[in-house]
Amino acid sequence: MGSESNIKLLDENGMRLDGRTPEQLRPIKIETNLLERADGSAYIEWGGNKIMVAVYGPREAYPKHTQDIEKAVVKARYNMAAFSVDERKRPGPDRRSVEISKVISEALSSAIMVEQFPRAQIDVFIEVMQADAGTRIAGLTAASVAVASAGIPMRDMVVGCTAGKVEGKVVLDLSKEEDNFGQADLPIAVLSKSKKVVLIQMDGDLSMEEFEQASEMILKATDNIAEIQRNALTSRYSVENIGDGE
Amino acid sequence: MPRDALGVLSEIKRSFITKQLKEGKRGDGRGLQDFREATITTNYVPRAAGSAMVKLGRTRVLAGVKIESGEPFPDTPNSGVLTTNVELLPMAFPTFEAGPPNETSIEIARVVDRGIRESKMIDTQKLVIEPGKKVWIVFVDINIMDFDGNLIDACTLAAVSALRSAFIPASREGGKDMPLPVDQIPISVTMVKIGDDLVCDPDLEEEQLGSARITVTTTEDGHIRAMQKGDTGSFTFDEIKKAIKISSDTGATLRKKYFS
Repeated sequence: MGSESNIKLLDENGMRLDGRTPEQLRPIKIETNLLERADGSAYIEWGGNKIMVAVYGPREAYPKHTQDIEKAVVKARYNMAAFSVDERKRPGPDRRSVEISKVISEALSSAIMVEQFPRAQIDVFIEVMQADAGTRIAGLTAASVAVASAGIPMRDMVVGCTAGKVEGKVVLDLSKEEDNFGQADLPIAVLSKSKKVVLIQMDGDLSMEEFEQASEMILKATDNIAEIQRNALTSRYSVENIGDGE
Repeated sequence: MPRDALGVLSEIKRSFITKQLKEGKRGDGRGLQDFREATITTNYVPRAAGSAMVKLGRTRVLAGVKIESGEPFPDTPNSGVLTTNVELLPMAFPTFEAGPPNETSIEIARVVDRGIRESKMIDTQKLVIEPGKKVWIVFVDINIMDFDGNLIDACTLAAVSALRSAFIPASREGGKDMPLPVDQIPISVTMVKIGDDLVCDPDLEEEQLGSARITVTTTEDGHIRAMQKGDTGSFTFDEIKKAIKISSDTGATLRKKYFS
C-alpha cells in the first residue's frame, strides 16, 4: 500500500482510470473442467487475471503425520508463474504465497464437508498465469468452482471480492494501479448463501465507516459473482450438456 | 494456532471452558475482553540495536532489532526497508521443530509486519543515506520462547517495544548514532470465536477451542491498519464489526498502559 505516485486514480467525475464507476466490477468469466487429469478444475478471467485451478482428492493424506482423524485436510497451493507479473518473479513459494495458500486453505475448509473424509487430503492447485490485482480472491472464487466440479460435497460456495480506498474514496475490485498506489486493500470471501466471512485480510488505513462502506460493496458484488460461479457449473453440468460426447 | 498443537485439549476441559464462558467467565478469572498482564523489558539484549522481552501471561517472546546499511528496493529507491521474521523455537512447545519458517511463523511475521508498516510507525523516508543507493534496513527478528497462545499480539507488542528502543548506528556511515524515528504505535488485538463469543488474547486452551481467529491492528485515531482472519471457522459481518470496535477500544487501553 501507499507507494508514492503522481498518477491520478479518480477523475473529477469520480470515474476510475479504466473507466469504471467506484462500485463497478471488472469483467469476470469462469469455465470448468478444462483439465483432463484433475478430479475437478476451473479457469477464471477477472480483469486481466488469468488463473487455472485444479483439484485432486479426497485422497489419503500424505505425509501420514498430516492426517486428521476427524476430517480431511485441505491443502491449497497458490502459485504465481514467473512470467505472471511485470518483473519476473522467482519461481517457487515465497512468504507471500505461503500466507495466501494458508488463508485460502482455511477458507475452503469452512465450505467443504471435510468431516466426511477423515484422514484424507484435498489438494487445490491455484496457478496464476497472469496477475492483475486481486489474485487471491479470484483464485479462491475459482477454487470453489473447481472443488464443486470435482464432486466434493460442500455446504456452500465460497465467493469473494476486494474493495479498497483510492484518493480517500472507497472503491470496489481494485485494479493493479489502485492496488499499487491506493490507501487500503480489503479482500473478503464469504459463504455465498449464509454470507459468513471465511477470509478477511486488510492492509492500509480504513476508518470504521469506510470499512462498513467497503464491506457492503463487497457483499453486494458477491451476489453477482456467485451467479457467474453457478452459471459456470450449470452450463457444464446441466442435462442438455451431458452426453454430448465430450 | 499451530496445527501441531491440535487435539491435546481433553473433552472435560473443553466443556468446562465452554460452560464458564456462557457465564462470562474465563479460566484465569479474566473478562472476555481482558488481556493478560504483559511485562515488557526493553534493551534486554544490549548488543542489538533495540530489543524487548515480552511476557504476555505465560507466552514469552523476544524481539531484537538490527539496523544495517544496504541497497533500497528498486521500486522504492527513496525509502528504507523493514523486514520482519518470526522463529518458533523448539524450546517453546513440544511439537515446534527447528528449521526454515513454516506457514504459522510466516503468517505471524507478515501480520505483525503489516501492522507496523501500514500504521506508518517508522518513517522509512527518513532512513535514506544516499538516495537510490544506500538506505537503512531495519531487521526485526522475533523469537518465540514459550508458547501459551496469542503469538501475534505478543509479537506485535515486542516488535513495537524493540523498535521504540532502537537506535540507528549512523556512526558507521560517518554520522552520529541516533534514535530510530518512530511515530504511531500500532496495537494488534486478536480474538477467537468460541461458541458465539469473541474472546480477547486467547491462551493456548482457548485457541484450541476457538473455531476462528481474527486480528485487528489499530492506531491511535482508531483506524484499522491491518486485519487477518485465521482458522477454518467463519464470522458474521456483525462479529467482524464488533471485533474492530473491541480492538480499537482495547488498543487504546493497552497503548496508554504500556506506551505512555
